[in-house]
Amino acid sequence: MNPLIPLFVIIPLAGAFLIMIIGRFIRDFDKYFATLVLLFLAVVSFWFLFSTGEKVTVYKAGGWEPVNGVPVGIYMVLDGFNTLVLCIINLIGFLSVFYSISYMNRYTSGNYFYSLFCLMVAGMNGVVISGDIFNIFVFLEISAISSYALVAFGVEKNELEATFKYQVLGGIASFMILFGIGFIYWKAKTLNIADIRIVFSTGYDRTYYLFVQILLLAGFGLKAAIMPFHAWLPDAHSSAPSPISAMLSGVLIKAVGIYVIIRLFFNMFAISQAMSVLITSLGALSMLIGVLLAIGQWDIKRLLAYHSISQMGYVVLSVGIGMMLISKGMRNEIAALAIAGGIFHLINHAAFKGLLFLNAGAIEYAAGTRDLHEMGGLARQMPATAATSFTASMAISGIPPFNGFFSKLIIIVAAVMARYYLLAVLAVIVSIITLASFLKFQRYAFFNKSEGPNTGKIREVPFPMVFSMIILSIICLLLSLLVLPGIRETILTPATDILMDPSKYPSQITGI
Amino acid sequence: MIPYLMCFGLFLTGLYGIITRRNLVKIAISLSVMEFSTFLFLALIGYIEGGTAPIVDPADPVKVYVDPLPQALVLTAIVIGLATTAMIMAVIIRIYRKYGTFDIREIKNLKG
Repeated sequence: MNPLIPLFVIIPLAGAFLIMIIGRFIRDFDKYFATLVLLFLAVVSFWFLFSTGEKVTVYKAGGWEPVNGVPVGIYMVLDGFNTLVLCIINLIGFLSVFYSISYMNRYTSGNYFYSLFCLMVAGMNGVVISGDIFNIFVFLEISAISSYALVAFGVEKNELEATFKYQVLGGIASFMILFGIGFIYWKAKTLNIADIRIVFSTGYDRTYYLFVQILLLAGFGLKAAIMPFHAWLPDAHSSAPSPISAMLSGVLIKAVGIYVIIRLFFNMFAISQAMSVLITSLGALSMLIGVLLAIGQWDIKRLLAYHSISQMGYVVLSVGIGMMLISKGMRNEIAALAIAGGIFHLINHAAFKGLLFLNAGAIEYAAGTRDLHEMGGLARQMPATAATSFTASMAISGIPPFNGFFSKLIIIVAAVMARYYLLAVLAVIVSIITLASFLKFQRYAFFNKSEGPNTGKIREVPFPMVFSMIILSIICLLLSLLVLPGIRETILTPATDILMDPSKYPSQITGI
Repeated sequence: MIPYLMCFGLFLTGLYGIITRRNLVKIAISLSVMEFSTFLFLALIGYIEGGTAPIVDPADPVKVYVDPLPQALVLTAIVIGLATTAMIMAVIIRIYRKYGTFDIREIKNLKG
């Protein structure tokens, strides 16, 4: 019982309301208060990361103890896996909100922006720490509604069209998830993830179980923009203001999509052969088609958005390889390697894709365009942006010594060791196409001859934007340290252990 | 069994509306139809044959009560549904001001 766990939801929620009330009377209160809130959350989440380790901490809302070993009431859980996700949410959130201090000067009504931003962070934190499946739905809707509003923040033609598409698809996803929750409750008569695992382990109807799994995979897959459900992502992520694009692509699709899929399919459902093959093939498909769609893009933010689909494919693919090995019941150490690679890539993607979207925002801020044809020669005028975006481009395409190299290496090595040679070759090919696409981005934006109409007037962006970008690029370098043996055992191993061990999560939570 | 099938039919009606309608407002209405089919389903799974409202009556210990938890879930989900409907309607009004039409075929700035 740790009373600090609900703070992850309470503080940003309170921040959102305080910004709306006090921000009316005090000028610039909104920016600095939101920055402070996110900084505090980031510090707390790192403190939890280093103090949690292998432990599983539970907070029972209202102090409702289990009755006859059956959990009642709302549970909030912290374990090795979700503290990692909490860290990336709050860290990227802090850097994006610090970046917005000068970026959002171009927009009006800053109060609404920072308030919605805090609300979105509250929703994502809630999804990650929630221990029961209905609260996941509630917090997911909080973050989804605030992200609909934030995508439309510019209220121009493109933003409104993107947000309408996003809302209709997001709405369908929510109803599928709600249906899935209803079906689970019908049979299991409980909503707690750990308890559902225990109830279903005593026997279940195979067809019914598969139906629920497919419903939930479709719902959360739509939120995570896995391949057949990806249509909303490029529009929504490219129309939003840049700090929000960094949050959506860097964090939101992971926290409400990939994280929940991993959590449910490892800790709530028993891993089955059919589902693991399905998840692996969806991952491979979105990895390949995402990158193929990205090649032809000339709008920077659309290009980055398609790469998000492709990089999420890597995560889903490696997690799926781990599930396939577990379902065959052999070679658990390779499965652990594959899952660790997936989680490592999830963290890395948050760092470099957040950075790339901030770079795109800086280019848009300085040059006033997002079209690669109209840029060129920006390396001379914007050295900090050029250097940081070079770091991020090399990291996403998997060039050593940046973090993306190590996570892709682990994924490919795990695929080879598991004898899925085709998937390994596919991962290498996709990585090469990614490199080609980012070389195009670098060349046209920074190193070409300048052809734009207002090239002479371009200056480097203000300090808060430069600061966030430099910090993120340092993080991109530092994250490659996670592959070293001593550090890997303290950070990545607890996360894979909680997923791999079928009995640990339910037994730690219900206390049986 | 029949109420469940009708509820599933309602879901499919909503989905059909979203796919085939061209008017933004009608798409929003179809979303609401889908939403209410899920609420109906949640309310149905909590119903127990011959049950009464779950207010415990100490005088009659053998009384059958319906399951109160899905009702709490439906209430929460209705509030969330209200927020999403309000949000999508606000967006539709803004789209009408910018584009001057509700026809989804004429709103196609974004592609590629």
